[in-house]
Amino acid sequence: MENKMIISPAPHVHGPNKTQRLMLDVLIALVPALVVSTVVYGLRVLALTLFSVCCCLLFEWFIQRYMLRGKLTINNLSAVVTGVLLAFNLPVNIPLWMVAIGALVAIGVAKMTFGGLGKNIFNPALVGRVFMLIAFPVAMTTFPEAADAISGATPLTMAKEALKNGVPVAEVMQSVSIKDMFIGVESGSIGEISALALLLGGLYLLWRRVITWHIPVAVLGSMGIFSLITWLIAPEAYMSPLFHLMGGGAMLGAWFMATDYVTSPMTPKGSIIFGVGVGVITMLVRLWGAYPEGMSFAILIMNSVVPLLDKYILPKRFGAPAKK
Amino acid sequence: MLKTFPIGGIHPADNKKWSAGAAIQRFALPESVSIPLSQHIGAPAVACVAKGDKVLAGQVIATAGGFVSSNIHSSVSGTVTAVDTIVGANGLRVPAVTIKVEGDEWVEGVDLSDTLISECNLEPKAIVEKIAAAGIVGMGGATFPTQVKLSVPPGKSAEYLIINGVECEPYLTADYRLMLEKGEELLVGVRILARALGVKKSFVGVENNKPDAIARLQKLVGSATDVEIVPLKVQYPQGGEKQLIAAVTGRQVPSGALPIDTGCVVQNVGTAYAVYEAVQKNKPLVERIVTVTGSAMQKPANLLVRIGTPISSLLAHCGGLPEGGVKVIGGGPMMGRAMSNIEAPVMKGSSGVLVLRSEETLRGEEGDCIRCAKCVDACPMGLEPYLLANVSKQKMYDMAEQHFIFDCIECGCCTYTCPSNLPLLDYLRLGKAEVMKIMRARKA
Repeated sequence: MENKMIISPAPHVHGPNKTQRLMLDVLIALVPALVVSTVVYGLRVLALTLFSVCCCLLFEWFIQRYMLRGKLTINNLSAVVTGVLLAFNLPVNIPLWMVAIGALVAIGVAKMTFGGLGKNIFNPALVGRVFMLIAFPVAMTTFPEAADAISGATPLTMAKEALKNGVPVAEVMQSVSIKDMFIGVESGSIGEISALALLLGGLYLLWRRVITWHIPVAVLGSMGIFSLITWLIAPEAYMSPLFHLMGGGAMLGAWFMATDYVTSPMTPKGSIIFGVGVGVITMLVRLWGAYPEGMSFAILIMNSVVPLLDKYILPKRFGAPAKK
Repeated sequence: MLKTFPIGGIHPADNKKWSAGAAIQRFALPESVSIPLSQHIGAPAVACVAKGDKVLAGQVIATAGGFVSSNIHSSVSGTVTAVDTIVGANGLRVPAVTIKVEGDEWVEGVDLSDTLISECNLEPKAIVEKIAAAGIVGMGGATFPTQVKLSVPPGKSAEYLIINGVECEPYLTADYRLMLEKGEELLVGVRILARALGVKKSFVGVENNKPDAIARLQKLVGSATDVEIVPLKVQYPQGGEKQLIAAVTGRQVPSGALPIDTGCVVQNVGTAYAVYEAVQKNKPLVERIVTVTGSAMQKPANLLVRIGTPISSLLAHCGGLPEGGVKVIGGGPMMGRAMSNIEAPVMKGSSGVLVLRSEETLRGEEGDCIRCAKCVDACPMGLEPYLLANVSKQKMYDMAEQHFIFDCIECGCCTYTCPSNLPLLDYLRLGKAEVMKIMRARKA
């Protein structure tokens, strides 16, 4: 017997899961939203996304190669996902140098400072986005008119302004169309305009078992219930649940940002608490906060709660003694 | 909806196609056999033959070395050439009796015919004694002495007998072929076990990827109500003792307790068949069915092999090892053990010999934990493998204990599912061993 014998402990076979493949699935799931946005806003969407991805890859490579001097793990595609998600949170005509700074904050500060993939506490793309929102408030909130959108402002911004000035909901609804918001022809950040495209992507992630239902359902469910209650109490002063679910970063946040593996809880129960937290904080900001949209803040705030959730919320154990 | 266990689990490719179609084939007598004295959990047996002794097939050559131990019988007739140590499958030396085969003479009273004997009127105690004398151990691979499992401790009682025909390990088909070809004998064995335990209801759990075995057994049971065949969802580790009990009865064995605490006793189908042979045919446990399989094997087979036959001869019979790097595994791919020495003998717990080519089994490069929680979702015991592996790595054993590392059944679901190729179970095993040591020291 001339064979080389391989020895290692069980299990001797491995399943199909691979980090790179999971990241690739996330990218595939984001394609429909990218397509809709390109149709609505033109080729700059692709250029912006590509630029953001290149920046993220470059910064990650540079930091790993010259600063951390560790193993290069650039090909796990996680930086690509961060790059795409960052771009998806930006207005289409934002200057590229701002994008580069956002990417540096996302990768350099939010991810690599903590030790790279798997160690960061906050969602890198959202840290980059919020940094840009505070550093470049005008550029970050100036949206060009979408193909046949009525207004340059996003539906959330417009509704917030109008309601603050005492315009009744019925009148606001004359200038926004839920159907347009669903399909993606109202204005907004490039990746969040089409609820339909994002929903398709989310369902793909569920089908591929990249994510579980807990976080998206908890986020969207709690947003829906919250807005339903306010809407039922005062339908003239608060927008409908459908408006809130289709508008702004609800879909992108619930399916793609809150579900980020690294910054979300490890247990189903923890994920539901996390998701409800995201949904409720989002609605608090949207209805009574200074900003028209609160998804980014909500996710970042709940990110900081994740270590606590993981410490105290344990999975359901087989054969655990019944609770008294 | 098929029954299954309540938490976690994975769905590996079952890969039973290689050997599922191969009928059980009697393997030729080897020139000599080496029969280890420790083929079971518990104290090794004590040899009662010496070099130069003539022995018959079925003759006791070593007696149980304690309460949790088992008799060992010669599987062949011939001359004892050594009572010494041999190199086991894992490369370590183990005590064994080596016998040069001469003819095939059996001890008196053994019925080698195929005639079915269904009637059994023995008292439970007599059955248990016969099983103990025959050296029967759990044939699924755990090799726990069967008579000990049948001795229900005072204060506890058995309500159900659950027969494990799940064979949830990918590739293996020994139990499947047994259920298909020896169903009648098997069911007699089940009823004898039930009689020994005094239980009125027995279940035979079979994964639904063996529909013909399920149909065959159901047909044999007919309208009888004392035995029920339970088709189970194809999901690993369906055949884990605790998982099987939960799937069949809905009862969960509490953390730290034994199956009998839920009123259940679990036995493998192979064990039930061995019980039939021992009680009805006076034939001790000297042979077993071994699946020899793998995508690279020319002639995968299910062989009826005498205990002590060198594994290398089985491999040669099935076409020999393929070229290049291979892993030869005793058992299945999820919980089996890689062998370093294929000259080692077939033992009572050898359910299969699986040959994997290096590309089928080499571990991928380790990445970083991305906290995807797939290990938490997969763990059938509801543990947190990512955390336990990490604290074990850092020797934080108090934390490992607080997070119930001792509940780990070492099924391998976590490592299987990890997208970053982390060797989670390797660390869990280390941590579990340390924690068990600490817990024992505390008790003492």
